[in-house]
Amino acid sequence: MWEAIRRWFDPAELGSVGETPDYRFSLANERTFLAWLRTGLALVGGGLAAAQFLPPLPMSHLREVIAVALLLLGAAVAIRAVDHWARTERAIRLGQELPASRFPAILALAVGVGALLLVVAVLLRAIGGR
Amino acid sequence: MSTGRDPGLQPERTRLAWRRTLLTVTVVTVLAVRLASTGDPTGALIAGCIVLVWGALLVLCWSRGTGTGPARTGGRTLPLVTVGTVVLALLGVLLVLRGLW
Repeated sequence: MWEAIRRWFDPAELGSVGETPDYRFSLANERTFLAWLRTGLALVGGGLAAAQFLPPLPMSHLREVIAVALLLLGAAVAIRAVDHWARTERAIRLGQELPASRFPAILALAVGVGALLLVVAVLLRAIGGR
Repeated sequence: MSTGRDPGLQPERTRLAWRRTLLTVTVVTVLAVRLASTGDPTGALIAGCIVLVWGALLVLCWSRGTGTGPARTGGRTLPLVTVGTVVLALLGVLLVLRGLW
């Protein structure tokens, strides 16, 4: 794991493998990284917004749990973004298949399940609160 | 129809992506500072750290989002903005947990 982290910060090492690709591919890879980073930032922003704008929920500390979950998910998305960027860059330089990833599917499931849980919480409040 | 390498467009699109990222960082910073502003010293300290991280991300994104020179890709900027984002998220966790003490 530390080896992978060291690699992200060592552009010379990444630039030494394979051959320099058409710059358009590198730029597209960088834009994909930035799009993922913004996804992570949106989750972080969502967590911060949940902590201050959500009304009290029926379960104690549910608001804080939601906020912390979104913040940590955002951090995970950002870390995964740079890892995927480095692995894709390496694959492009070596002319290999691009790395496959289950991460988008897992993230979609997590967001979907989280949204469903919130729907249940809102319905419980509507039924029980009034 | 000509299919050149659109030498101007690709770097421009990437610069705009960096600027969008900086905008998103700024929105997150504003939300975090608002959450931190409750008048206590801990909140002020965390807010200060958040503004420092924002400044670092501003410099990083600005250096890649401006200019008209040849395309620059990769480098240490990408892992560094990731670190900045992760630090923002962890400071956010501190802010949320602070409310429970």
